[in-house]
Amino acid sequence: MSNMTPLPLAAWIDAFVEWLTQAEFIFGPLTDFIGYIISGFEWFFGIFPPWLLLLIMVGLTFWFAGRKIGLTVFVLLGLLLIWNLGYWEDMVLTLAIVLTAGVISIVIGVPVGIWMSRSPVVEGTIKPVLDFMQTMPAFVYLIPAVAFFGIGMVPGVVASVIFAMPPTIRFTNLGIRQVPTEIIEASEAFGSTGNQKLFKVQLPMAKTTIMAGINQTIMLALSMVVIASMIGADGLGTAVYFAVGRNDVGGGFEAGLAIVIVAIILDRLTQGIGASKRK
Amino acid sequence: MAKIQVENLTKVFGKRPGRAIKLLEQGKSKDEILEETGCTVGVNRSNFSVEAGEIFVIMGLSGSGKSTLVRLLNRLIDPTEGSVWVDGDDLARMDDKGLRKVRREKMSMVFQQFGLFPFRTILDNVAYGLEIQGLEEQEKKKKADEALQLVGLGGYGNMYPDELSGGMQQRVGLARALAADTDILLMDEAFSALDPLIRKEMQDELLELQGRMKKTIVFITHDLDEALRLGDRITIMKDGRVVQIGTPEDILQHPADDYVAKFVEDVDRSKVFTAEAVMKRPEVLTIDKDGPRVALQRMKKEGISSLYVTNKDRTLLGIVHADEVSELAEQGSEDIRSVLHEDVPTVQKDTVVKEMIELLTYKNTPVAVVDEENKIVGIVVRGSVMALLSGKEVSAVE
Ligand SMILES: Nc1ncnc2c1ncn2[C@@H]1O[C@H](COP(=O)(O)OP(=O)(O)OP(=O)(O)O)[C@@H](O)[C@H]1O
Ligand SMILES: [Mg+2]
Repeated sequence: MSNMTPLPLAAWIDAFVEWLTQAEFIFGPLTDFIGYIISGFEWFFGIFPPWLLLLIMVGLTFWFAGRKIGLTVFVLLGLLLIWNLGYWEDMVLTLAIVLTAGVISIVIGVPVGIWMSRSPVVEGTIKPVLDFMQTMPAFVYLIPAVAFFGIGMVPGVVASVIFAMPPTIRFTNLGIRQVPTEIIEASEAFGSTGNQKLFKVQLPMAKTTIMAGINQTIMLALSMVVIASMIGADGLGTAVYFAVGRNDVGGGFEAGLAIVIVAIILDRLTQGIGASKRK
Repeated sequence: MAKIQVENLTKVFGKRPGRAIKLLEQGKSKDEILEETGCTVGVNRSNFSVEAGEIFVIMGLSGSGKSTLVRLLNRLIDPTEGSVWVDGDDLARMDDKGLRKVRREKMSMVFQQFGLFPFRTILDNVAYGLEIQGLEEQEKKKKADEALQLVGLGGYGNMYPDELSGGMQQRVGLARALAADTDILLMDEAFSALDPLIRKEMQDELLELQGRMKKTIVFITHDLDEALRLGDRITIMKDGRVVQIGTPEDILQHPADDYVAKFVEDVDRSKVFTAEAVMKRPEVLTIDKDGPRVALQRMKKEGISSLYVTNKDRTLLGIVHADEVSELAEQGSEDIRSVLHEDVPTVQKDTVVKEMIELLTYKNTPVAVVDEENKIVGIVVRGSVMALLSGKEVSAVE
């Protein structure tokens, strides 16, 4: 083996990325655009004073996650703890990043999933790409993300989207494919157009499954915040990252706990919205 | 013009249908073709036509191609060869838009597992076809509600499919098809998922609705009893091929081959055959014209002991019996009115034999068959019923 010439794979990738970075006319506006979404969320959360935002979040969990008293009390205490520990601002930043990544994943992922569900060829092509996106260690994305989008929140969101989007795509595809044949036939037999079939039958039927995918996407995006903080995406992740750097066990734990609380809230909320609201 | 005309219709599933078609033309069987080409023959060069207003039943064992055939009729499945004409238009030549128009306006479908949309209320399920057509809200609700009333589910509009029993769900499926107000109804094993009692009820209801609406119904089933009960005509399929087409009576009396014969072997014929099939031309007396002597003479000639009596336009009045008539003749009376028994058992032409057996055994007189105006059209005697039930050929009115 030792006398084999290694393929210059790294050099090729470098050259490719180098070439891509020239495409400033694409990445410039894209960076701005993602930046706007993040600031939009930040601005929105900033409208409310912390106590009001806290109450709204508690209210939402109560309302959407099955009106469970225990969970609601937990969310209330958890958020109070985050506020008390001084992580409120960081939490808002983290929410902004995660929600931005979530929205982008949905906006891209659902249509791609729909496309995939319509053709075995597309499905066969996209599946390995998704596997690649999910199994390639997330750190590796950071390098090109910085190359294209610079340092800050935006590359953090981009890396999160790449890592977190696959479940939304997969579950959308799966959800649509799982709709029983007879129900599809029923919609066609009454003369539906392709769009009518999609919006009146396939998507509503697949809704629960798609929401399960979105739930996973949000969770994965949240799991990226610490990694994203290494390239300057502020928020709870940064607090953890710094604590690790300073060997500050207590501080790291506090910030980590805040992430867990946010995770539980987001998880229950997205699950709750996915479950049928029919009485 | 036939409502639906099917010519040389063929569907081959698989990668190389061309080769399979060649083999079909060489007369190779479904199994041989599967072995040689890996293709499954769904429907094999079928021809038939469905007339407006009839219930056309397609029957066959599992895998014989019934579902495939019915889906070729509204092109949920594209044919490999052959054509389907609906009201004279060739489905195969239509673009998507034309096809949608046919599906919206001409034919609707009822499914075996009901095919209801679980996230929609019953009313919204029924309204689906109308919604697709872009009807306005008010009109849509009204029509959907009417259709629900029609199947006896008036009050259930706000419920969801999973809150209803199987029988009720299939009524919803039927209502959804009826709401679209199409001439043609395609029903793929619509009642097969229901338990026997409910199933019978639905069959009766379908017949009753059909009596009022006169749709053209293509009804798929694998159940012979159901086919015989519902079908004006029945098509029997085997391995994708049409083996026989005929009225229920045709199929029972003249099975096209051993396959069909085996199929119909155990059928309860008394449930299938109607008075029309076993009745004879009636000997009758006309009340104003024929006296006791004529009556006796005619009874003697025919070797019977009673005769039905009508007036001039053959409206049934009653029956006279030999013993009473001969007494009357001895008294020298000219009028048979005094011995006329008005209380006589009558049936209609479409009464099934089973319902007449009691009448025939209870009184030892033939049963009179009358039309809607109570005019006599035939009589049924015990002998012909016996012959029929034992499987012998019976001759209808000579
Ligand atoms: N999509 C398909 N792909 C391949 N083969 C098919 C397909 N659909 C049906 N077939 C085959 O075509 C033949 C006819 O099937 P079809 O479903 O029409 O039968 P059927 O008479 O409706 O049976 P059942 O009473 O079980 O519903 C069968 O051999 C079946 O395996
Ligand atoms: Mg079938």
